[in-house]
Amino acid sequence: MTPRFLGDTAALLGRSLRHILRSPDTIITTSVMPIAFMLLFVYVFGGAIEQGTGRYVDYLLPGILIITIASGVSYTAFRLFLDMKGGIFERFQSLPIARSSVLWAHVLTSLVANVISLVVVVLVALLMGFRSGAGVLAWLAVAGLVILLTLTLTWLAVIPGLTAKSADGASGFSYPLIFLPFVSSAFVPTRTMPGPVRAFAEHQPVTSIVDTVRELFAQKPVGDDIWTALAWCVGVLVVAYGLATVTYRRKIA
Amino acid sequence: MTAGRAPAIRVQGLEKAYKKLKVLRGVDFDVARGSIFALLGSNGAGKTTVVNILATLLRADAGTASVNGFDVAAEGADVRGSISLTGQFAAVDEILTGRENLVLVARLRRLKDPGRIADDLLARFSLTDAAARRVATYSGGMRRRLDIAMSLVGNPPVIFLDEPTTGLDPQARIEVWDAVRELAGRGTTVLLTTQYLDEAEHLADRIAILHQGRIIVNGTLAELRELLPPAEVEYVEKQPTLEDVFFAIVGDTGDKDTPGKDAHDPRGAAATPPQDR
Repeated sequence: MTPRFLGDTAALLGRSLRHILRSPDTIITTSVMPIAFMLLFVYVFGGAIEQGTGRYVDYLLPGILIITIASGVSYTAFRLFLDMKGGIFERFQSLPIARSSVLWAHVLTSLVANVISLVVVVLVALLMGFRSGAGVLAWLAVAGLVILLTLTLTWLAVIPGLTAKSADGASGFSYPLIFLPFVSSAFVPTRTMPGPVRAFAEHQPVTSIVDTVRELFAQKPVGDDIWTALAWCVGVLVVAYGLATVTYRRKIA
Repeated sequence: MTAGRAPAIRVQGLEKAYKKLKVLRGVDFDVARGSIFALLGSNGAGKTTVVNILATLLRADAGTASVNGFDVAAEGADVRGSISLTGQFAAVDEILTGRENLVLVARLRRLKDPGRIADDLLARFSLTDAAARRVATYSGGMRRRLDIAMSLVGNPPVIFLDEPTTGLDPQARIEVWDAVRELAGRGTTVLLTTQYLDEAEHLADRIAILHQGRIIVNGTLAELRELLPPAEVEYVEKQPTLEDVFFAIVGDTGDKDTPGKDAHDPRGAAATPPQDR
């Protein structure tokens, strides 16, 4: 079972990676919006935002990374939707393969595509003056957290990818995810927000993730934020994975 | 058809409802090994539902079905190892090339030398020149041929073709028919669904008509003809059909179109060694 699963996943992963390589525009499109936000906030609104000492781009980048992932996973849902709609999904399901490998190939492809977009966004941030004195360990911790978040949001994206009736429905689920960082500490410190908004902002997942990444970049102690961030990611991951698996089982009867 | 061997497909009392809509109300039929069986019915008659149940994509509410001796409900993996499905819509990957599509299926079927298998099939379906092009650039007929070629990877003993010629031009339709005849000639069992009466007439050894969830007739073309009153001899001026005109102008003689039942001569079965699988 296991070697079969690995072999099938590898074969199908090769297929989806070719899709990405042959339409690199999907990765570019994914990076364009976060980069546009970054330009807008650093060069237009940034002057009016008092986030404390230091460059605003340093403050902003963690939230931008989350927006990058949120817009990236909408392509995951879209690619899965296209497979469902065309007959190729049924072809795969009627082959003597490990059936779960079809989903895993999409999930791994999503990880690869998002990592590429994230690297592009970080490079643009460096051009815009982002600097961090973080050591290798801190960078690894950032990478680990960001990849965990990608995995979580990818499994979340699998659900609309499997159930959507239209392409818009498949990718539209990501709009709230893209919006969520705006009501968090991603762009402005939460202390400037009115009571209820502030309460929401401080207790939603994005704030803990953004704060952790920011502290890692700034070589500050991360405190409890990292545990809150990990708990959110793992919790949502488990729920999304469970729901996606159940949905998938129903689809393939 | 070998007497005494279990049928390649056996369907008994199959029922399926979607919510309250009863699509299948007790379907029974057998398909002999190496034969072409046509399931005829209008749109929405439940043909695809039958095929999807046999291909383990859907579970029946009641009844039993076996393919190549394996029960579709209990031995799904074995059934999937014995079949291949060509669905109503060409199940090809548009971004990959024709060759990559075939190699992918060969790898998923864990065959040795996927590249050689792909090249053989490309040649057999006259797709060698287009092998390195993305499928998105293919015509409808080429896509369908590639689709069927993908179903033949690994030589599964049973093949389901769900409306293989819907939406094809006459020329592409004949190409598909030739491919189906060649398959049966090699000993593959073919279950074909179609809404075109002439397709069933040209290709099938047996024809069953699915109507309102049941098989209402099942027999050879000759048997079906006997259901009607004997033919009367009338003299009519023979006008060329539009199809005759089409092929006369396009230059294709239409030879392949003549109902060549001799095309599935069993000698083909012995002549082709099965691919390792």
